[in-house]
Amino acid sequence: MPETSRRGILFGTAAIGAGAFLTACTSNEKKDEPAANEQPVDDKPGKAVTIGFAGPQADHGWLAAINANARAQAKKYSDVTLDITEGSNDTAAQIGQIDSLINKKVDVLVILPADGKALTQAGLKAMRAGIPVINLDRIFADPQAFRCYVGGDNYGMGVNAGKYIGEKLKDKANATVIELSGPDSLELTKQRTQGFDDALKNYPNIKKVARQAADFTVESGQAKMAQLLQAQSKFDALWNHDDDQGVGALRAIDQAGRDGFLMVGGAGAKSAMDAIKADNSVLKATVLYPPIMASSAIDLARALGQSKGVSGLAGLEIPAQVTLFSAVVDKDNVDEYLPQGFS
Amino acid sequence: MKQPASEAQQGGPEAAPVADAVPLTKPAGKTPGGSPSRPPLGLRLDFRTLSLLGVLAALIVVGGITKPDQFLDTSNLQLVLTQASIIGVVTVGMTFVITSGGIDLSVGAIVALASVWATTLATQEYGFAGILFTAIIVGLACGLVNGVLIAYGGMAPFIATLAIMASARGLALQITDGNTQVVTLKSVLDLGSRDSYILGVPPLVIIFAAVTVIGWLVLNRTTFGRRTVAVGGNAEATRLAGIDVRRQRLYLYLLSGLCCGIAAFMLIVLSGSGQNTNGNLYELDAIAAAIIGGTLLSGGRGTIVGSVLGVLIFTTITNIFALNNLQSDVQQIAKGAIIVAAVLVQRRTARNGEG
Repeated sequence: MPETSRRGILFGTAAIGAGAFLTACTSNEKKDEPAANEQPVDDKPGKAVTIGFAGPQADHGWLAAINANARAQAKKYSDVTLDITEGSNDTAAQIGQIDSLINKKVDVLVILPADGKALTQAGLKAMRAGIPVINLDRIFADPQAFRCYVGGDNYGMGVNAGKYIGEKLKDKANATVIELSGPDSLELTKQRTQGFDDALKNYPNIKKVARQAADFTVESGQAKMAQLLQAQSKFDALWNHDDDQGVGALRAIDQAGRDGFLMVGGAGAKSAMDAIKADNSVLKATVLYPPIMASSAIDLARALGQSKGVSGLAGLEIPAQVTLFSAVVDKDNVDEYLPQGFS
Repeated sequence: MKQPASEAQQGGPEAAPVADAVPLTKPAGKTPGGSPSRPPLGLRLDFRTLSLLGVLAALIVVGGITKPDQFLDTSNLQLVLTQASIIGVVTVGMTFVITSGGIDLSVGAIVALASVWATTLATQEYGFAGILFTAIIVGLACGLVNGVLIAYGGMAPFIATLAIMASARGLALQITDGNTQVVTLKSVLDLGSRDSYILGVPPLVIIFAAVTVIGWLVLNRTTFGRRTVAVGGNAEATRLAGIDVRRQRLYLYLLSGLCCGIAAFMLIVLSGSGQNTNGNLYELDAIAAAIIGGTLLSGGRGTIVGSVLGVLIFTTITNIFALNNLQSDVQQIAKGAIIVAAVLVQRRTARNGEG
């Protein structure tokens, strides 16, 4: 079939060309990698510590930043070896990974469970085997399953967003606020909304007039924000729970040609901080839910492994719980936080 | 192409099996060679389509009563049509696949993969054309894999596309590493802005309209379309009639992949980014819209007009709920109820109409 083969050659060549082009296009390497965020490491090298790290699949920016921060922090210490497992959202798979880290007899375990409650037993098992566990962000059901919990404060995040907006609008009569939340199926969304509502109660002149839930994706952020803008022809402030979906929300605001209100983001993505610094959009601030907590977890794990306390605290022992403060980043302090921004 | 031969061959065997498989109201049953009785404008408003239009009209009344100022507004019409456009393009491709008796569960994952592949920093260096080209080629390539696995590998469409769904999502995650890839090219972003509306119509809606019209013409007015219906009606009889069923299937999954590639590009324009979570549950939305529209899940009958109406109904429901500030729990419950109601109403009217 000469006809087919000529066509075949044409298509084949085109396919190989397209394939070569596409292969070249998978790269996300930046031309000039920014210098890693420099933090003073005050402690001298001590006893060698092997830290096991088990986390979920890094399927969005915040979790990717958690892994990156853990790796970067461990690298700073010549006495720390980090044994990091492949991320998984499957409870059974994560239990298996933690088991293998226990069998390897790592000195300290840092666990960010895909589901805190479901992985409680794995934490207990490690503690019983004599390996101190640092429970990161999603808390175990039983306090005996961890030596120290390090996490963010979702309720406080809502409170700080509400306070920031409240202070900006406190002199405005009949001010209106709308909320673009994360997925309603997550407990953390409820906590954030509760905190936001509670903080707004301190400002009787401010009323929350609308709330829609997106699902932490750019696509849903764009779609839900477009609907909110159509529904509310005028409002004074917007709190968006998550900067990833905020990329979509800003797109929708831009596409609708709307301004004249204050937008506050959440989580602390680099793109949001860049926009705050540039100060050329409605986005004026973002409330952190800092992935830097992974670096703190590594610090604490190292201190536990070397039987040290935390410098600057009077107590001799590592605290049982560390809850990070959800700072509000705006134009005044953005330079300080920009190195923590995740993409 | 051996057009005349296959055209003549097709009429007989195709009409027979399809007709006794399904009571057809749609334009599949042609008399061989002759021009069949085509309705004026080529659009036959059967009872199914009418009932869908009725549901849509009822929704518009509800929206108009509850939120007259915001709902009955040009900018809201632009909003609803824009939000329908991306899933609409995917649904057109899906309609072809379902009509042929297949299913494509990988559409959402293909949209995700194409959207992230087309928005890497490396691709963005090639500008507008690079992004468009990459999105479409990735869509086609995934469709090709689906098609080869199903048509020549003999895999069940459900299994093959399920496998591609998993792999494409995994690859998308690998490319992005979980990060959001923001598009910085002004030429791409501008296409989604208000300034580029043509006579008040957003470019994305124009793409959607073009895909719909082309899809309708291909399904109803070409040999390719008739072969698609024939394969879905009775694949064995179609094969015996001398039609290359396997090649037809391959083309259909390629077509679905192409639609996903176009949709991915549209999503990049709309959201200004690529993310591995894009296209979440598109497969379910597209299948639901096609089925509500009147396309048979078992194959042999497909309607592009119905599918598009199905998409519009879904988008309008979402819009009305959001304008009324109803929360996602209520939205989801009501959405399910409305799907059931729409299908029941449609069945009843269809039965009365045919009986």
